[in-house]
Amino acid sequence: MSSSVDTATEIRAFRVEIPEEQIDDLRGRIGATRWPSKELVDDRSQGVQLATLKALADYWTGDYDFGRVAERLNAVPQFTTEIDGVEIHFIHVRSQHEGALPLIMTHGWPGSVIELLETVGPLTDPTSHGGRPEDAFHLVLPSIPGYGYSGEPTEIGWYSGRVAQAWAELMQRLGYTRYVAQGGDQGAAVTDDMARQAPEGLIGVHLNLLRTALGSTAGLPTESEQERAALEAVTTFRTSGFGYFLEQSTRPQTIGYALLDSPVALAGWMIDHDTDSYYKISRAFVDGQPVGGLTRDHILDNITLYWLTATGASAARSYWEGGRAAALAASQTPPAVTIPVGFTTFPGEIFRAPRSWVEKSYPNVVYFNEAERGGHFAAWEEPELFSKELRAAFGSLRNGRST
Amino acid sequence: MSTTVETTTEIRPFHAEIPQQEVDDLRRRLAATRWPDKETVGDASQGVPLAKLKGLVDYWATDYDWRKAEAKLNALPQFVTEIDGLDIHFIHARSSHDDALPVIITHGWPGSVFELLKIIEPLTEPADGADAFHVVIPSLPGYGFSGRPEAPGWNPDRIARAWDALMQRLGHGEYVAQGGDWGAVITETMGRQAPEGLRGIHVNLPASVPADVEAALAGSGPVPEMTDEERAVFDGLAASRKSGFLGYFVALTARPQAVGYGVTDSPAGLAALFFWHPGFATWSFGADPNDPKSKDEVLDDISLYWLTNTAASSGRLYWEHGGAFPTSATAMKVAEITIPVGVTVFEEDSFRPPESWTRRAYPTLTYFNKVERGGHFAAWEQPDLFSAEVRAAFRSLR
Repeated sequence: MSSSVDTATEIRAFRVEIPEEQIDDLRGRIGATRWPSKELVDDRSQGVQLATLKALADYWTGDYDFGRVAERLNAVPQFTTEIDGVEIHFIHVRSQHEGALPLIMTHGWPGSVIELLETVGPLTDPTSHGGRPEDAFHLVLPSIPGYGYSGEPTEIGWYSGRVAQAWAELMQRLGYTRYVAQGGDQGAAVTDDMARQAPEGLIGVHLNLLRTALGSTAGLPTESEQERAALEAVTTFRTSGFGYFLEQSTRPQTIGYALLDSPVALAGWMIDHDTDSYYKISRAFVDGQPVGGLTRDHILDNITLYWLTATGASAARSYWEGGRAAALAASQTPPAVTIPVGFTTFPGEIFRAPRSWVEKSYPNVVYFNEAERGGHFAAWEEPELFSKELRAAFGSLRNGRST
Repeated sequence: MSTTVETTTEIRPFHAEIPQQEVDDLRRRLAATRWPDKETVGDASQGVPLAKLKGLVDYWATDYDWRKAEAKLNALPQFVTEIDGLDIHFIHARSSHDDALPVIITHGWPGSVFELLKIIEPLTEPADGADAFHVVIPSLPGYGFSGRPEAPGWNPDRIARAWDALMQRLGHGEYVAQGGDWGAVITETMGRQAPEGLRGIHVNLPASVPADVEAALAGSGPVPEMTDEERAVFDGLAASRKSGFLGYFVALTARPQAVGYGVTDSPAGLAALFFWHPGFATWSFGADPNDPKSKDEVLDDISLYWLTNTAASSGRLYWEHGGAFPTSATAMKVAEITIPVGVTVFEEDSFRPPESWTRRAYPTLTYFNKVERGGHFAAWEQPDLFSAEVRAAFRSLR
């Protein structure tokens, strides 16, 4: 029986290979898109604007190079390993600096490991990106089950807490006994759960979305101007920006049919996220004016990955799992986070979490900063700035300076 | 200038004829559907199950015949007339009884005029001529063969005014109005506006939920004192809101265009969206002998949305409406209605308000009845029973 154990914990090298006919089919479908009539308003208040999505589709079938997804992913070392019955795909880049701090960083929705690729250089090779050797990380970027090249769960139960447990197992399997974790969006949920579970070896986390406040603002201070603005932004999101969230939490299969069958539906659904990122992406396609790393090619790399891996429905299911887990845990108080927490507020985020809110959510905040630029997809949009934040946040936890 | 005026109020006969290439394109897309994996649960709690939708789509792509649906429409007198800048499509079936009572009946979402076809005959030619109606069935703006608004503003208020203009234009100076689903919202709005010729209304999705109960459901107020019957309905409402069925309402209210791309480009995606609606989700398409709705009937309706490319424009009505719950007495302001109101509760609908709530909600309630059979799309599901209710509700207003 030992051989089967070996197989299950084996780490296998992985390369992306995309059959040409899949690309042809995708191109054909985009070209054959049947469009709805134009929205009746001049902003995003009815959803992604027709002109934006048409510009995206034009670029997708016109100038976009469909080989990019495989090329960019295959440029970094990728692996798969089975954890808890599901095949987990991950990127693993070891720094040349021996004392580097191992870091597991989790993407969100509608992101993927693609949104984190531009941080690989600055985080693992800081000396080539304005940093010092002691800023280096060994970087692990897994794909959440149901996303990208990870397997799709065929049973229920893969909520963020189970993903968090799998990540601890992954780090252990890679031989990392002392490491940190980071995440925004769904990655923030996974990382928050890791911090609550506090597996042996996890010495700190950094977050760039305050998951706790997005769930409920009850009990958070709202005295200062900043706190009131944050509350207003959360309320706005919950009233008008919440459609995709509720849809995916309640009927992921329903939207899944369209996301699997129509590339333009997938693209529209994915860029209809927060207001800040939507307008940045819209400007990139309509006006050719990208903001930071949110370029047309980068946006389409991510959407193309979702299409080619046919994961529109399975990724949406992670919200359903989140909703189910929240309902099951409704009467329980989650364990508090006692390990050190770093937090960066990016100005374009759904809400700018004030320090007071972060401290209310996490008793042991060792780092807090408000960045100058960047939004919900901070690592994607501002990879250098984002990497500097991680260096600063985790600086005090290196080399056993904190336990 | 008089010719312009004549043109815009003109009533033009209408004949449905979708170009063959559109029908062929639909079949091609259905056959090329790229399917997601099976849901990870054994029920519909993640959305319509893969096996159920595949069964329907396979039939749609092969055996289903749109031309038969078109023939059903074309067998009826259909017209188009421009009201308030928009072409309105409608069926106008006059009774052989000249003194019949005119009624305007409004469909809902994801329904269409198809859901109301089976009640035309029983209403226009009843056994007792004294019960006869002249029936007007319009397509909502942005739905079916009506025009698609190109500017915001076509909310229920504006539609209700257009419906009165339509009835006046048809020479129906005095009339009644009926509706379920969106049709109930439009009909209640007409009731509040109380145009001179409107004698009374009947709805089968009443806005009965009292303000204190609504607050308790939303978690913003205490649960009020209730009778056992009220409590049972309250518990049902609370459970159904938690089940996520309201998600389509929220998603279409907030982002009709975002949902619109998928349902415009993927017919399987369109069918899947419709199955979110509890009125559709429970249908078995002939698998259950007690449930007579066939695949053809539901595909007539879905195909109409597809072939008229109105999946996105129809969803915009939710955005226009702004999210007020059609079942909430306060949101629908039904206490402001001063003309006679009739309500029928169909016991197979997911929302079955008690009489007590309904009496509190409608000060001028003149008719209330509960019937055992029939669900959310009662006119479609139980046309004879539905027609009997409409006759009974309006009998005192003749």
